Amino acid sequence: MLSYIGRRIVYALPIMLGVSLACFALVHIAPGDPLVSVLPADASEALRQQMMVLYGFDRSYLEQFALWLFRAAQGDLGTSIASGRSVSSEVMRAVGNTLILAITATFIGFLFGLLFGFVAGYFRDTWIDKSASVLSVIGVSVPHYWLGMVLVIIFSAQLNWLPATGMGPTGSAGWQMDWVHFQHILLPALTMSVIPMGIIARTIRALVAEILNQDFVQALRAKGLGELGVFTHVVKNAAPTALAVMGLQLGYLLGGSILIETVFSWPGTGFLLNSAIFQRDLPLLQGTILVLALFFVALNLVVDVVQSFLDPRIQRA
Amino acid sequence: MSQPIVDVSNLTVVFSGGRVPVKAVNGVDLKIAAGDAVALLGESGSGKSVTLRALMRLLPEKTARIEADRMTVAGQTVLDLPKQDLTRYRGGIVSMIFQEPALALDPVYTLGDQIAETVVRHEGVSFSEGRKRALDLFERVRIPSPQRRLEAYPHEMSGGMRQRAMIALALACQPKVLLADEPTTALDATVQIQILLLLRELQRELGLAIIFVTHDIGAAVEIADRIAVMYAGRIVEEGPVRTLIREPRHPYTIGLLKSRAHGAMAKGGRLETIPGSPPDLAALPPGCAFAPRCTFVADSCATIQPPVVQISPDHAVRCLQTDATQNAAPKLIEQD
Repeated sequence: MLSYIGRRIVYALPIMLGVSLACFALVHIAPGDPLVSVLPADASEALRQQMMVLYGFDRSYLEQFALWLFRAAQGDLGTSIASGRSVSSEVMRAVGNTLILAITATFIGFLFGLLFGFVAGYFRDTWIDKSASVLSVIGVSVPHYWLGMVLVIIFSAQLNWLPATGMGPTGSAGWQMDWVHFQHILLPALTMSVIPMGIIARTIRALVAEILNQDFVQALRAKGLGELGVFTHVVKNAAPTALAVMGLQLGYLLGGSILIETVFSWPGTGFLLNSAIFQRDLPLLQGTILVLALFFVALNLVVDVVQSFLDPRIQRA
Repeated sequence: MSQPIVDVSNLTVVFSGGRVPVKAVNGVDLKIAAGDAVALLGESGSGKSVTLRALMRLLPEKTARIEADRMTVAGQTVLDLPKQDLTRYRGGIVSMIFQEPALALDPVYTLGDQIAETVVRHEGVSFSEGRKRALDLFERVRIPSPQRRLEAYPHEMSGGMRQRAMIALALACQPKVLLADEPTTALDATVQIQILLLLRELQRELGLAIIFVTHDIGAAVEIADRIAVMYAGRIVEEGPVRTLIREPRHPYTIGLLKSRAHGAMAKGGRLETIPGSPPDLAALPPGCAFAPRCTFVADSCATIQPPVVQISPDHAVRCLQTDATQNAAPKLIEQD
């Protein structure tokens, strides 16, 4: 088992290297001058050169990449051009905020996604299945930034029940586990949960329907299992695939949603990316993308390993 | 025959899922004594597997309509069993082994757990007790290194071993009747005979009644005391193995026996086949369903549903032309 995990980690290394190269290249391929946002429009050429040297933009791309990677490996992602603060601390704070939102959304989305999926698949072609399917199709198709705005209009502007933006009352230092903060997270988390809910429900429904068609389900009934017993077997058979889909969805959610975080002014990674792009803050942009990408790789690694526990047919040796 | 353990009279099964209803089984009568092995012989679509599943009520309730004048197994009226009793009946009184053990075993549970689960379910014993039973059963069906194999998943075993495990699972709660749905079809020839011998041996030791569905006459002869030949959802001929092989009276049985490449077929000779193809079960003719393919066909065959003709007390045929078929049996050069 340990050797399997070890092997998976080794496999992940070249992926991570590729990811960091892509991050670096992506940002540098984009047109525009990175110093535009820090220098006044009438800055002298000498000052420009000085800043270029200061940020290291005068060196060759290869040198820049090697240096950036070397520092990144030590946890130093450089300094944000716009704010002057260290990129890693900015990213980490945003990641923390996004995590809070993502985990809440995940909880809601997975709970209802799994519920709808299993129930719809098990009671296929009944009205239960049809209503669950309609809900999940809506979940997949509705543009979530639009849904977010509609929710804000209804629950904040009209009913005045819930706050529309931010992750806490003005002046609040950070996330706290209390009712006031919970009110702030409710709308964005609900909006965010709709997509994974729809995708998971649809995947699980198809999966359960397929499993129920297999011979062994009839064999389980033939040996005298009741519906609950059969259902348990179906759940265990569906688990590996369900987990893979959920891992992927969790990855998307952890990446933060630029649109949702912008609509709700949630200070997470999506919000950070948005401002980094608009301010052409290269170090911040690079750092954020890198951290998010590595998150994805790590998450897939965990899913692979857990999957191999659940499905004996995946070779562990 | 003293009180039969399986007693079926006029069983019909109609599937109504498609555009037109499909009559898969059209009045099957079957009586089996305790400890007797009967082979249901027939080609694909003759209704043999459906008959088997009807006996366990495994057919989809929404689309399959099962009706019978009488269908009792070990004294239980199968069609009237409420849900609770049905789960006790399945696996407890009647159990089934399937054609493809690779598909019929749950891929993500170990074999030991799958057997133990059944024992726990039926006898309310502890799980470790169930595991002990699983070990006994694995020894009984002669799986080598049984202790280790209990921890194996279905995909880690060979086809023959999987079918042995399937048999062990089916026998876990001492059923009285074993339904075998082409249990050797998916196995290669050398393994087939081992499984057949094992089934025969277990049947004698445990006094099991077996209904063995197959399209392989060789397998039927090997395992069964009696053979019932099915065509288009009816049993067209039934009798002891020896009688059926030597003196078949239904033209379909005769055709089946002729189409075997058994014994010494002359080199370069053509294998005889039954012309035509099986009838459409959604549009059965009013008369004998085999008439369009039959070499003995007469005018009456197309209009009259042949009644059962008792050739001898234990040999019954549904055919109008039994006089013509009297000496039509193929000569068997080699017969055991």
